[in-house]
Amino acid sequence: MAETLTRTGALDGWAARFAELPDSVALLAEPFHTMTSVRGETTLRPNTWVEEDGFDAVWLGPDEVLRTSPFRSAAELGGTDVSAQRTTIRLRGAHARDLLETGCAIDLHPRVFGAGSAAVTLLGQANVILLCLGENDYRILVRSSFAAYLAEWLLDAATEYRG
Amino acid sequence: MQLIECPYCGPREEVEFHYGGQAGVAYPADPAALTDEEWGRFVFVRANPKGRFEERWSHAAGCRRWFTAVRDTATYRFSR
Ligand SMILES: [Zn+2]
Repeated sequence: MAETLTRTGALDGWAARFAELPDSVALLAEPFHTMTSVRGETTLRPNTWVEEDGFDAVWLGPDEVLRTSPFRSAAELGGTDVSAQRTTIRLRGAHARDLLETGCAIDLHPRVFGAGSAAVTLLGQANVILLCLGENDYRILVRSSFAAYLAEWLLDAATEYRG
Repeated sequence: MQLIECPYCGPREEVEFHYGGQAGVAYPADPAALTDEEWGRFVFVRANPKGRFEERWSHAAGCRRWFTAVRDTATYRFSR
């Protein structure tokens, strides 16, 4: 009998709890993103990410870039496939930045951390890659084994914005 | 709590960093030629000044790079 393997994400099953949140702190477990690690010199500026041809490139260090794409394969992206390492959460809404600021020490004000900014830092107790996509619009890349903790933390931090 | 300046990422919260001990401790050119006592000194014995101290730090929760920083052991202030 043929078995069908189904791709699952670390935050499958959280949609119902995320859906209870108001639009001001909307959480979404994003679909699978292919991620590859590319080592070597980069022209990316520190603490930034940019959209390139079919993928996003995130500065992780002076000689390390993470490429992510929801629709390209690892082979297409190039580099070492590290897709299984992290899962992706989207946080947006009028209070998105307020919520992050309760657990993140870096300055998230748009004049410092606006669209195109990226940081590898701590959110709560979890190590995350934080990307700013626009005003009050963030993508959080978190290690799969920390995803449930971080989801729980985000839901707890969002309590004050519930109606 | 204070900010430590990562040479790659800029100033970040102290909790993101990991301490790596005295900087500039050279690996012996010919380790096999060392006596046990000399090897013990290389592995375990470090300077312990009161004041300016060159140290290795790792930005463990950030870019994960090692760098050398100068810290005053009496005041805990970093200088560059
Ligand atoms: Zn750093």
